[in-house]
Amino acid sequence: MLLIECPNCGPRDETEYHYGGEAHVPYPEDPSQLSDKEWAEYLFYRSNPKGLLAERWAHTTGCRRWFNVLRDTVTYEIKAVYAIGEPRPALQADPPQHPRGGTR
Amino acid sequence: MADLLPEHPDFLWRNPDPKPSYDAVIIGGGGHGLATAYFLASRHGMTNIAVLERGWLAGGNMARNTAIIRSNYLWDESAAIYEHSLKLWEQLPEELEYDFLFSQRGVLNLAHTLGDVRESVRRVNANVLNGVDAEWVTPEQVKELCPIINIGDDIRYPVMGATYQARAGIAKHDHVAWAFARKCDELGVDIIQNCEVTGFLKDGNRVTGVETSRGTIHAGKVGLCGAGHSSVLAELAGFRLPIQSHPLQALVSELHEPVHPTVVMSNHVHVYVSQAHKGELVMGAGVDAYNGYGQRGAFHVIEEQMAAAVELFPIFTRAHVLRTWGGIVDVTLDASPVVSKSPVDQLYVNCGWGTGGFKGTPSAGYTFAHTIANDEAHPLNEPFSLERFETGVLIDEHGAAAVAH
Repeated sequence: MLLIECPNCGPRDETEYHYGGEAHVPYPEDPSQLSDKEWAEYLFYRSNPKGLLAERWAHTTGCRRWFNVLRDTVTYEIKAVYAIGEPRPALQADPPQHPRGGTR
Repeated sequence: MADLLPEHPDFLWRNPDPKPSYDAVIIGGGGHGLATAYFLASRHGMTNIAVLERGWLAGGNMARNTAIIRSNYLWDESAAIYEHSLKLWEQLPEELEYDFLFSQRGVLNLAHTLGDVRESVRRVNANVLNGVDAEWVTPEQVKELCPIINIGDDIRYPVMGATYQARAGIAKHDHVAWAFARKCDELGVDIIQNCEVTGFLKDGNRVTGVETSRGTIHAGKVGLCGAGHSSVLAELAGFRLPIQSHPLQALVSELHEPVHPTVVMSNHVHVYVSQAHKGELVMGAGVDAYNGYGQRGAFHVIEEQMAAAVELFPIFTRAHVLRTWGGIVDVTLDASPVVSKSPVDQLYVNCGWGTGGFKGTPSAGYTFAHTIANDEAHPLNEPFSLERFETGVLIDEHGAAAVAH
């Protein structure tokens, strides 16, 4: 289970939170001008990196506030917690433990 | 010392070095990749092909699923492709000349609320109209089919009935992979393990090969069967996929005498249980909420599924969890797969099977092979194109497919 540092309440178990998927996906500035392809991008296409992902979490059983987390999707390690509206911190993912990949 | 040992049993497939060039390469040596290669070779005469696997054969989700096979999906497009898959399952042991313990022991999908009951009866009716065997059974009939289940009203979510598909069941997943691999090999397909794809060769917008950890391999056509790693592969090829990768966990108990004669799935309390041929109780649940490539999830997910299992099956109280594990499942926003051409010419993508890929193995291979060989979808996978996310013709199996995703 993840231990997530809520910016308002402090460290709490993952079960207190709700996952909100990729962060920094803005609502289209002029929705009426979007093509079907651009709407599909906005609605259905999200980053799915093997490595660092900026994502939203909500502390639903605590302060009920949303915030951003920068997390490694391989090690699940949380690299940074930052407020909604702040830019993504400039951090690099850890080098892979097993550069040859494989199923481990 | 070694000469005192008995001879090594026959190998089921060769381990060749990659050739410089193939008519087609399939990336991913799991069930879907092997099935695709088998149908390319057996149905479309494409035998100068290779399956590239970055780890070992069938070591990803093919080794990690709970082996359930059923076709009782709500929507027409899903019922068609999964029922086709079930019919292939029924003929494959003979066709592949391999008894992979396909056991049509039936699948019960339990209903625990009035909403469940209505959804279930609707799905049964939809299934029957689509030629899928399905029936609604009462709690007493559930008890007859699975005597160890608790149908009393003293639990939080009593069993109010179930849908039952008698032709559904389980198969031994690793044997399925070996069966496909052996036939592929006999037909001349090169199965190349420890061969990770690190890039794609392109001429304009047309794929011409792949860079791998074992060198450059040229190919006329390339098919992606990368499951949880599909997004990683697509990014290397220069496009995005509408999928998210999540951990999905499962577990087994120690070995027991046969106590569980069928397969029981419950969407509402969220557990699914069968008993493997060798005696382990095999259980799974839903995905962990967050994106993850770690092949492991959180224990609270397991705790919840065990609580549900023990309430439904009181005799499990004394069983022990022997082993838990996780796989990486690729989930689309409408919980339906993508078997499709891609934005790159001669590059094809089979992904998004999410939590239900094992049962779809034969159909995925069959339709994907057709798509690759003809550069055109088979009628069964035409609705499962990438274009549906632009046209809006989604196949929304979230909550409709008898189990949450």
